[in-house]
Amino acid sequence: MTEWRYWLAEQRGTLLAIGIFVAMFLIYATNHPAGFSANMVQTASNKATLLAFVAMAQAIVVITAGIDLSVGMILTLTNCLASWIVVGTATETALGVVGVLGTGILCGMINGAIVIFGRLQPIVTTIATGAMYYGVALMLRPNPGGAVNETLADALTGRLFGVLPTSLVALAATAVLIWVPYSCSVIGRAAFATGSSEVAAYMSGAPIRAAKFMAYTLAGLLSAIGGLFLTFFSYTGEAAYASGNAYTLFSIAAVVLGGVSLMGGRGSAIGAIFGALAFRTIGDLLFVFDFDPLWQPLFQGIVLMLAVSIGAFGLLRVRNRLEWFG
Amino acid sequence: MIAAEPLFRAEGLSKRYGGVVALDRADLEVHPGRIHAILGENGAGKSTLIKLMVGVVAPDEGRMTLGGREVAFASPSAANDAGIVCIFQELSLIPDLSVADNIMISHPPTRLGMIDRRAQRRIAEEALHRAGAGDIHPRALVRDLPLSRRQMVEIAKALARQPKILILDEATSALTASDVTKVFEVLKRLRSEGLALLYISHRMHEIAELADDCSVFRNGRRISTFAAGTRTDAEVIELMIGREYKHVFPDKPARKPDGRPPALQCKKLRWGDRLKDISFSLHAGEIIGLGGLDGQGQRELLLALFGVLRDTSGDILIDGDKAAIDSPVAAKSERIGLALIPEDRKTEGLMLPMSVRDNLSAAAFDRFARFGIIDRQRQSALIDEMIRLIEIKTASPDLPVSALSGGNQQKVVIAKWLMNKPRIILLNDPTRGIDVGTKQEIYRLLRRLADEGAAVLLYSTDYDELIGCCDRVLVMYDGAVRRELAGAEITERALVSSALNVDDGELAEASLT
Repeated sequence: MTEWRYWLAEQRGTLLAIGIFVAMFLIYATNHPAGFSANMVQTASNKATLLAFVAMAQAIVVITAGIDLSVGMILTLTNCLASWIVVGTATETALGVVGVLGTGILCGMINGAIVIFGRLQPIVTTIATGAMYYGVALMLRPNPGGAVNETLADALTGRLFGVLPTSLVALAATAVLIWVPYSCSVIGRAAFATGSSEVAAYMSGAPIRAAKFMAYTLAGLLSAIGGLFLTFFSYTGEAAYASGNAYTLFSIAAVVLGGVSLMGGRGSAIGAIFGALAFRTIGDLLFVFDFDPLWQPLFQGIVLMLAVSIGAFGLLRVRNRLEWFG
Repeated sequence: MIAAEPLFRAEGLSKRYGGVVALDRADLEVHPGRIHAILGENGAGKSTLIKLMVGVVAPDEGRMTLGGREVAFASPSAANDAGIVCIFQELSLIPDLSVADNIMISHPPTRLGMIDRRAQRRIAEEALHRAGAGDIHPRALVRDLPLSRRQMVEIAKALARQPKILILDEATSALTASDVTKVFEVLKRLRSEGLALLYISHRMHEIAELADDCSVFRNGRRISTFAAGTRTDAEVIELMIGREYKHVFPDKPARKPDGRPPALQCKKLRWGDRLKDISFSLHAGEIIGLGGLDGQGQRELLLALFGVLRDTSGDILIDGDKAAIDSPVAAKSERIGLALIPEDRKTEGLMLPMSVRDNLSAAAFDRFARFGIIDRQRQSALIDEMIRLIEIKTASPDLPVSALSGGNQQKVVIAKWLMNKPRIILLNDPTRGIDVGTKQEIYRLLRRLADEGAAVLLYSTDYDELIGCCDRVLVMYDGAVRRELAGAEITERALVSSALNVDDGELAEASLT
């Protein structure tokens, strides 16, 4: 019984995120004109997975008490790159995918190296590198265009066995293949330690540099997976500044919604995925209730505020005011 | 004294920080199977010596040998790998990780590149048992544990590294009495297993009970090494401070009742099940001590009085009038005049990177602001006066507080609140981890403040302090005031027995001594 309690305490943020998502999705599904259908789930999941990949990237960096404001721009850059190289025969396409993911990894490594060896604040570092990545994206695609291997694209945005959206399966696979080993590894443990108390982690001999470097690198990789999927959905590449920035900002909202502490040390990428799914559902709620689209930003902001407040309810019960600042 | 070749030897170690010489050609020998106490005031060079030994900083001069081979450590983990492990005074635990994760943070057991949670848990449980802390659950998050439990985890973590030399830097300062007993048993067992232990503490009776050898440091050098028990406490303290040692505590003047209502009165103060019907009155000119084991509600009582806790019941009377204190802002207002010197100076008391000037001003900006704008001249004058009055040793008020020694930092915390000219001063263990010299100054300061008309409520984990400083002592147990001691009743035996909540027969016997 006590074991159960300790597990609950560890996973509270993630469980809360899952709860918020389930609640939002139920409201959405029960009011949807088409009802709860495989088609509806496919459309919804295709839209949400992009943000989920970027939110995972953000979560991994935020856990080290950093922040990556370049995730949206890495997504944009890799989208533009994919629209050039993920084409042609199966071999060419495969090499293209490797190239796109490698580019994401490289972007993340640049961020990590500057933060660690340059000792610059993550927030300014990634604003600057983000602008650079966007610059490269513009050079690749001054105008929207390009193409993608449509067989692969359709396979990854369709349905498995006629019911399961493939994009959701890809998202789950990414979480299992990247997040789970990472969070169980020595480096991942060091990442949590660094975010929670960098001095204590250093004094304990935890590999804090390797952990930070790995976090930014994985963030680059995950953002690139997001960029790849964006290409699969849109069939084109576009150096869209506003959309890149929106992904960055929404990723932070998703991470908070997903129970990851912006102070570092607490949370999980799984929570961030559900935070992203919930965030997208909030955006779509408006359409089910048939409001004027002009209302969307206002409405989305209000619901987001309410959802984030759920996490703060605990503070109302705090009887020692010093815990407000913990 | 000891014929065998030492396990560790330091020769001619020097370290300078800017113009300040922290360590000046110091030497030391450490032998296996012995507990070696290191004594000295803050700033004597003990902390620097340890930082050199465990690779936090590199020496400017001198050499260190371990097992006959010369060593130089680039980082704490290099020193740990070589077998030198230190339990630091500033805790090195990671609050958001579990106890097991913390114990194994530097070298977790792995399987296929991933942390083997089951093996990790087994090793952590073993280490906790070895440290005498089998009651701590390995899955508990460190941030949910009280300070004394965290310290035990810290000890378990050090043991899990299988050290050859274990250094304890004020490692018992946060422990409860029963934990100290357990830790001492553990340390003695480790000694018999052939470990070398370096023990740094300001508590003389701990050293007398534990150490085989004692070395005294002063001004960055080792002054003397002798077998424990061959010098009296007074002689040791003279060696430490380098001058003759007179009574540490100022005299307690007899206080005549003046018929005025108490400066602070509590009537049946309750907070959940942590504070149970606490009633007492504190008069101007009086120093009341809060005693008892750590974690019996003393801290909560101080926080409740200072308006930090919500949903308290009962009454707080200031000068005989009921007062509603619902925040620190209300507590420090001129009408109420409370000040709380917090326990953890690094987080609650100070803004470390900010200057001495800004720290001193933090609680008293309204004293020298005119229409919301800070009057720089007035601020400087008041701050210079305070630095002189409290004898804070700082080259300039613009120096960051982090550059000051621990004792001087604590003086800044106290001075910060004196800027407000408080009438009721609450202190939460203000001398923890502070050197003898600064302690004396703080005792004298508290008595002077009381003589000038302040009312002082002092929580202390140091029995000598309660006996030497306080006019009355309230001993707390499980959230309630278990016993009130006054004047000659305040003895170590009475304090200990009521802190342990032993029955009345034993209490009566204890109070006879």
